[in-house]
This record gives sequence, C-alpha cells and structure tokens, in this order.
Amino acid sequence: MNSKLLDSAALQRMLARMAHEIAEANPDAGSLVLVGIQRGGVPVALRLAAELAQVFGRTVPCGTIDVTFYRDDLNQRTAPAVHPTEIPGDIQGKTVVLVDDVFFTGRTVRAAMDALLEFGRPSRVQLAVVIDRGHRQLPIRPDVVGKEVATSLRQSVLVRCSTGGEEDGVFVRDTLASSAVQPAS
Amino acid sequence: MIWNRKHLLDLQSLSAEEIIHLLDTAREFKAVGQRSIKKVPALRGKTVVNLFVEPSTRTRISFELAALRLSADVINFSAEASSLKKGETLKDTARNLEALNADIIILRHGASGAPHFLARFLGAHVLNAGDGAHEHPTQGLLDIFTIREKKGRIAGLNVTILGDILYSRVARSNIWALTKLGAKVTLCGPPTLVPKLFESFAPNVRVTWNIDEALRDADVINLLRIQHERQKASMFPSTGEYAALFGLNTARMAKVKPDALIMHPGPINRGVEIASSIADGPQSVILEQVTNGLAVRMAALYLVNGGASLQVAA
Repeated sequence: MNSKLLDSAALQRMLARMAHEIAEANPDAGSLVLVGIQRGGVPVALRLAAELAQVFGRTVPCGTIDVTFYRDDLNQRTAPAVHPTEIPGDIQGKTVVLVDDVFFTGRTVRAAMDALLEFGRPSRVQLAVVIDRGHRQLPIRPDVVGKEVATSLRQSVLVRCSTGGEEDGVFVRDTLASSAVQPAS
Repeated sequence: MIWNRKHLLDLQSLSAEEIIHLLDTAREFKAVGQRSIKKVPALRGKTVVNLFVEPSTRTRISFELAALRLSADVINFSAEASSLKKGETLKDTARNLEALNADIIILRHGASGAPHFLARFLGAHVLNAGDGAHEHPTQGLLDIFTIREKKGRIAGLNVTILGDILYSRVARSNIWALTKLGAKVTLCGPPTLVPKLFESFAPNVRVTWNIDEALRDADVINLLRIQHERQKASMFPSTGEYAALFGLNTARMAKVKPDALIMHPGPINRGVEIASSIADGPQSVILEQVTNGLAVRMAALYLVNGGASLQVAA
C-alpha cells in the first residue's frame, strides 16, 4: 500500500528551496558541480540544476556517478547492474554537491565519495538529499535536506521526479505489509 | 535482468538476455578504461588464476589486465613451466590452485569441455578462455560488442565468417551468440574447413564456398586465422593458394559494402587471410576489438563473481 507523503507541487517547492540553500552556501556558481547518484539521484540532480540555473542566471554543470564498483556488499550478492558515470569536466578545486533521492544507511554515499575522488580532488564535497529517512549505519550527514521522515525498516521510500510519465511525488510503502496482503507470486 | 551464473563456460547455453546484459555491463567498463584512473575496487581481495595449458599471449594479457583493473590479485600459470609437464592431472592442478584459495580460475585448454569439467567439482568460478575447437566465449562477446557499438544493433545484420571454421572455437562462439541475437551468419572458406554440417547449428546459418557470394551482402566480415597448430592433416594445398582463393585482397574489397566492418581475432597473417592495406584500412576495427576485449573480460569477471551467491539484494 502506497501512502503519498508529498504531491507534485509540494515536491517542486521543496526542490526550489533546496536549490536556494545550495546557492546560499555556494555563492560562486562557477565552482559548483552537481553529481546525481545512480539511479534515484540523477533526476533529482537534473531538477536541482534547473532550479540553480534560474537562481544564478547561468547553467550549473550536472553529472552522474555510479557507485556499484565501490559498494561494500559485492561479496554478498549477485552483481548489481552498472549505470553510466559522467563527471562533467575537471572537478579539481570545485565544490561538488552529491545528490541522492533517499538518504538511508549512508553506505551509498560512502561509496559515492570513494568513486568521486578517483576523478580528482574537489575542494569540498557536499550532500543534498530529498528525504532523510533515518537508520544511519555510518557517520555521514547531509548538508541540504528536503524533509526528514521517520520510517520503520519495514518501509520503503520512493521519490519520483522524472520529467513526464507517472505522477511526481514522494511515496512511502509498507513493504512487508504489502507482501503479506499479496502472496508471493 | 539479474546475472546469476557462477561460471562463463560457453555462449551456447546463455540466453539472448544474458548476452545483452553482459554487453551492456562491458560498455560501462569500457568507460572506466577511458578514465585517468582505470581501476575500480570491484574484485578487491579476490584471487584470479590464469591457468593456460595451451599457449596464448593476447588472451592471457587481456584477462590479466582485466583482473588487475578490477583490483584482483592475479597469478599466471602456464603449461610450459608447470607441474603439468611433470605429469600432474588437470584436476589435481586445479585442486591445488583452489587449496590456495583461488576465487576465479580462467582456463585455456586444448581439449573441448575442459572448463566444464573443472566447473563440475571446483568451488571456484571458472571462465573459459578457449577450449579446443569448442568455444571461446569472451572472443565471441568482444566481436559482438564491437559490431553492436559500430552498427547500433545485431538483429538483421549479415555477418560473414571467413576462413578456418572447422577448427575455430571463435567461429562457434560467434555463431551461437549472433544467431541468438537475430543476425544472419554466412560461413565461407575451403570445403575441407567449412563443412555443410554447420548449417544445423542454428537457423540463419548458411555455408557457402563461393567467396564473392559470401562477401556481397556482408555488413560484417570476420576473418579467421588459419590455425596450422590445430590441423592434423593438410586441409588445403598451400597458404599461397588459400590467399588467392579466400584471402581478402583489394580486388575483393572493392566489391564489399562500403560500410562493412572488417574484423579479425588476431594474430593476423598479413598477405594470407587479409591484405596489409585492408588490415590497416578505414573499415578495419581489429585494434578496437582488442580494446573492447578488455572491457568484455572485466564484465565477465565482475558478473561471475556475484553469480550463485546467497541473496539478491534490492
């Protein structure tokens, strides 16, 4: 069962506010680079980049990073699918804002930082996330948060902010409850 | 698509979906190879053994570099300087390597089915780097990766494989995978090396001994080396005659489609199966095949390492 946490308009307002927070913390637009973490962070980063372009009156470079090869659980699972990593230009001396949809254990961000540093030495790395759902397992903390949501481990959180297609918004799903209602297929 | 195979033994047993997944994964590894830091920690702490009972330089180097770029530790084991020369069986050699906690064994062997044999009793992952005249799955995959990258598709293409088909594991791996992906395959060469029987491998496989017919509609021409070392008898009178009758020379090249890809698994015999100017010409993708081979082998190592594990994470 899906429950809607934010509708499309509320999500849009939240992304606009996050973009302003990023802009306030980084007034020098020329040294700012957004990097969306594959896959959920990528559409969020594109939306934030569009908002930042409005704020600054100039485009902000926006790339993608795949953390698969840097995960700490590769020995315990089947090989995850790999998605493109495209870092826009040289990140040496830049401020890189890593962007993800849902902040959970912190392990993805740890992997993303390792992956990012292979491409150069940014002067600063920041983290922006739409939803902080808690349950941290590593000492990592976001700089810009859309909304903090208390969740249980039985739940999953979905941020949908694609361009076109299904309705945008933030949804919470009770995974164990739904599998109890619908017997395993 | 979730890859859950513990070994990569042949392409005959893979589904089209698995082949595509491997090729898609290889595309991302090719991008890794274009970075200034070309190494990722995906196989950190793993031990990979190159067990090459039959000599090979390029495949061994390619697998070795692929494993190193995945941060694995690599041991090279060749038949010339090994216990196999002292009479140890393949099974005992493999068991000894496993006792050293090898995680992945890459086997090149002169006998068809040797990697399948190892896979039956080893706990380690097994990758086939060429077994007799049976299969050479990573060569087939790198050929198809190259075609797909250049042509944007496989389905509907006319692929001609020219040369020593009978003794070629490269041809067999290509035939299985290309037909699964919807290509039409034409096999051509001297009748002694291209039996009609190959048409029974799969639908869309055609045998012709007429080189002009084989080249006319080809979108891809894959030239195979004449494997003197694998031929027990003389299958054609001379290399000179072979070059005259079946070599890709400039006169034949003039009648080929202008966008046809010229491929060769190497090592090439200049002036025998291919004219020098064609090997170095604009339609040749021979060196790109080498680059792509590295990406395909990284993908194969990465995928089998996660195969047959305990759980499927989200």
